[in-house]
Amino acid sequence: MSRAIHGTLFFLGLLAVWQLAVMSGRWSPVLLPGPYSVGEYLWGAATDGTLSEACIVTMRRLLIGYGIGLLLGLPLGMLTSTSQFFQDTLGSLALGMQTLPSVCWIPLALLWFGQTETAMLFVVVMGTLWSVLIATDTGARSISPIYARAARTMGSEGLHQWTRVIIPASLPYLISGMKQGWAFAWRSLMAAEIYVTILTGFGLGHLLHYGRELSAMDQVIGIMLVIVVIGLAADKLLFSPWERFLHRRWGTGLLQG
Amino acid sequence: MIDHSKLQATASAKLVVDGVSKWFRTARDTVHALDNVSLDIAEGEFVCLVGPSGCGKSTLLDIIAGLTKPDQGRVLADDQIVAGPGRHRLVMFQESALFPWLTVLGNVLFGLKLKQELSKQDRLQIAHDHLKLVGLEKFAHANVHELSGGMKQRVALARSLAPDPRVLLMDEPMAALDALTREQLYGDIQRIWETRRKTIVLVTHNVREACCLGDRVILMSPHPGRVREQFRIDLPRPRDINSIELASHARAVTSALKGYLVSGAEE
Ligand SMILES: Nc1ncnc2c1ncn2[C@@H]1O[C@H](COP(=O)(O)OP(=O)(O)OP(=O)(O)O)[C@@H](O)[C@H]1O
Ligand SMILES: [Mg+2]
Repeated sequence: MSRAIHGTLFFLGLLAVWQLAVMSGRWSPVLLPGPYSVGEYLWGAATDGTLSEACIVTMRRLLIGYGIGLLLGLPLGMLTSTSQFFQDTLGSLALGMQTLPSVCWIPLALLWFGQTETAMLFVVVMGTLWSVLIATDTGARSISPIYARAARTMGSEGLHQWTRVIIPASLPYLISGMKQGWAFAWRSLMAAEIYVTILTGFGLGHLLHYGRELSAMDQVIGIMLVIVVIGLAADKLLFSPWERFLHRRWGTGLLQG
Repeated sequence: MIDHSKLQATASAKLVVDGVSKWFRTARDTVHALDNVSLDIAEGEFVCLVGPSGCGKSTLLDIIAGLTKPDQGRVLADDQIVAGPGRHRLVMFQESALFPWLTVLGNVLFGLKLKQELSKQDRLQIAHDHLKLVGLEKFAHANVHELSGGMKQRVALARSLAPDPRVLLMDEPMAALDALTREQLYGDIQRIWETRRKTIVLVTHNVREACCLGDRVILMSPHPGRVREQFRIDLPRPRDINSIELASHARAVTSALKGYLVSGAEE
């Protein structure tokens, strides 16, 4: 309970500082709109449907791209962790690709796919895939061989060993890999939406972009807030349950107990 | 009291280790871990392997389990050549090797779920019976990290016994425990061995422990790993680790062990 109070007080305090900064009059209201006008913009966008539509468009792209990235990254990571050949080839490629900021894929995606949904998805998948692959690889490598040995003496082999031993044993790494992948997917999608204008759907990134074009600072700040809130909510909804499970079973992270 | 009749074991195995040699090649050099080791272990016999660190005890155990392949020689279990791990020969490791993603009950059920012939109720029944056997029935739904070291090893013992293997291979299962917990576990192991009559091979550094548990103590020496001497321990059971007769056996083994350490250093 007190945690909720602390959180609320903290954010109310931030709002107050923001409001005071606006009232001090040192910055032009065009560059620094107050919380009230941002709220007004958000309310308007919410009631006329632009906001929910943009959210849906963005979330659809994100979930599809992230899903593809996971479906490719998890098995490929398992592959590189078990085979020296794939480690030397695919593993090295992944390491290199991961260092490339995902914005760098945008020019290539535009040339290859034009201003289409495919270009968008491509950027998101490239942002997700490599970090998920590397996290899975690291995870499967760092599990103690004693688990696999114990399982083998009990008669576990092949697919059973993968699904009942190696994947559960690397769960802590998989979760953090998936979480990292999510963060990368989110960043790359925003970059793609800001840079690529396409007519098949107006996402949050586009709203941000047009906010800048129109010098509508209330829109820019409002959309940024929405993006932050979505990121937080995704973390709480998608990953917190898993992390709590890990905490309970593995007894990890006890310092935060 | 626990009704042991339900847990009555099937036949245990005869093990033959026949001229096994093993080399480990590392980047720097080649270690001759085992040199022409031969052993005959009778059905239901309790054998303890002792010897200085690095004499190949764990390697031998792994080869018997089928987890490591010998470079020469072979292992027979019930006249069948051991080609890989199989659930008739379960291993209990030095650290418990319990799966942290499963509860205590889930761990004990793991091996049972691989036995298709059992029904779901049978599996649960057997798992609970084995947790009772090691005195941990109250912890069935606990998480592994909530157990003490001794409790973990008892769960590991239950997990190894539940699928009713013919051979139990134990690699220093009590090394990480304090003396008191260890003595408790000696009691558990002797009691279970008396009622279940498994063939057991136990690796230990503790000579007293070997004399307390084993029908036979096998002394190995390093560089390369060899069987040097065997001691038969004909003491009535259950044995008390602090008894005088046991101490005299232990002294004999220890002085032989020291002898090999000294002569080993001179070679
Ligand atoms: N995987 C491996 N790679 C290289 N060398 C190994 C490997 N496993 C064991 N050895 C070597 O083989 C020898 C025997 O090792 P082993 O683990 O069987 O000894 P041990 O008798 O169990 O020793 P301890 O009592 O310390 O556990 C050692 O010299 C060790 O360095
Ligand atoms: Mg060892």
